[in-house]
Amino acid sequence: MSTLATSALTVRRGGRAILSDVSFAAQSGEFIAVIGANGAGKSTLLAALAGLIAPDAGKITLDGVSVGYLPPRELARRRSYLPQNPRCEWPISVERLVALGLTPTLPVFGDLPSSYRTRIGDVLSACDLVPQREQPATTLSGGELARAMLARALVSDPAILIVDEPMTGLDPRHALDTVTRLRELARGGKLVLASVHDLTLAVRYATRLLALHEGRVAAHGTPRTVLTKELVRAIFAVEAEISGVDGGAFVDYLSPAG
Amino acid sequence: MTRTASVTALLAALLVLLLPVSLLAGRVWLSPSEIIDGSQLASLIVSELRLPRAVLAVLVGGALGLSGAVLQGLTRNPLAEPGLLGVSMGASLGAVLAIYFGISTIATAAVPLFGLIGALAAMTLTFALGRGGGTLALILAGAAVSALASALISLALNLAPSPYAAYEIMTWLLGSLADRSWDHVALAGPFILMGCALLALTGRSLNALSLGEAQAASLGVDIPRLHLIALIGSAIAVGAATSVTGAVGFIGLIAPHLIRPFVGYEPRRILLPSALAGALLLLAADVATRLIRFGPEMKLGVFTSLIGIPFFFWLVVRLRKTSP
Repeated sequence: MSTLATSALTVRRGGRAILSDVSFAAQSGEFIAVIGANGAGKSTLLAALAGLIAPDAGKITLDGVSVGYLPPRELARRRSYLPQNPRCEWPISVERLVALGLTPTLPVFGDLPSSYRTRIGDVLSACDLVPQREQPATTLSGGELARAMLARALVSDPAILIVDEPMTGLDPRHALDTVTRLRELARGGKLVLASVHDLTLAVRYATRLLALHEGRVAAHGTPRTVLTKELVRAIFAVEAEISGVDGGAFVDYLSPAG
Repeated sequence: MTRTASVTALLAALLVLLLPVSLLAGRVWLSPSEIIDGSQLASLIVSELRLPRAVLAVLVGGALGLSGAVLQGLTRNPLAEPGLLGVSMGASLGAVLAIYFGISTIATAAVPLFGLIGALAAMTLTFALGRGGGTLALILAGAAVSALASALISLALNLAPSPYAAYEIMTWLLGSLADRSWDHVALAGPFILMGCALLALTGRSLNALSLGEAQAASLGVDIPRLHLIALIGSAIAVGAATSVTGAVGFIGLIAPHLIRPFVGYEPRRILLPSALAGALLLLAADVATRLIRFGPEMKLGVFTSLIGIPFFFWLVVRLRKTSP
């Protein structure tokens, strides 16, 4: 069991508060979708939760220990983080790209231990990447690259997975594949946190929603209770219709709110 | 055996084959029998002239190749090369000052010693200017320091006390391994090895960096520390190398590119083969300058530039094709 929690988290950039007074806690087995308009602070929150941005006030704790006190390599073994639009800068093979996820457990010198090869093979087949195994990562399509990056994040078998906009730029099929995968991971006992723009996917697949508005928590709870017409109007400035019953929710945007 | 291992072994074997050639080749060609027979002149030429020269070629070429590979990995830019940090020009300036003020006539080791001081001063200045601003700030600082050193070198040439001093400065700037002795090896060798040892530590982190800084940091890579190790390692190794040979361009740029088609693009895998390729290139270039004769000896730096520039053109054409 892992618990990732923030209390009164505040992050400032250039004098402006990007996040103010954010408090929540999340446990293994949850899939938390962070929603909010552009600039609401979703990416900053996820990067701070990953331990990559130090809070200006408040605390982020992993199992009660402040994330800033954990050695980077230990933190890296316990959580994986994928930024928005992750890229690979050199044309290395998908297999080697995925192997990079094992960096925190590898010694400074020497090649990959053979036990790791089976793990890489397993995660490649779990993410449907076996045919692309030897393909240079720079030649992958958007959907393939997203899968490869997810495989990279999963290969170290982290307890916590933090992903910034994993569905952006994916076609409906790949977006569904990704969000299903994230839900399965949560069902398998991982804690998954992802920022999601597609509210229909968020409300259908996540176990909890965390809505941010101008750096503050606007709402927080189970998807059906959080996602209301009023909330969508308040944080996205859009009139919306939310229909469907029992997890079959459907969000339709009608017009900009006046 | 993996592909990287076979390429590394092949390069090492070529280096071992080329070493004896570099001991025998020159204005006076020696035959292996002369050395085995123990001719005094021959063994003196080999042990006091050609062996230190070959050792320096391997050390300097290796430092340039390794540093080029590390800097290209660090900046994720295929055009990065060791001169980027201003240390090469700093070393040149130091050496030029030693010649300008006539200190070189007192002790031959003064030139590399001043070169080394110049390199370290340039490195300090680059770091002081570019501190805390990431890779881009450091590269800009390096360019500024290079420009300053280059301006001061021009000033030294401009105000040279005698045509002879100006000539000597020019000659040194062209880069050469001629007449280098064990003193040069003793002076630069430890720094080159120390710098290369630091550079060798960066492999794993450079690999992670191919995913960008955010992902690398999330994988536990200490990015500021990685910058420090890679840049200080380069500055020490390349500064020391330049202080004994003068400016030898293009080896650090070319070596990683020559290796990539054979071992792939993973930054860590390129390091050792690139160092070996650099050593091999410089040793071969040095042998070539001794064999190609149109009158005076062709300088090493001139030769590497002449063979390096067409390669640079090819790189530009290729980049133009691959980038949108």
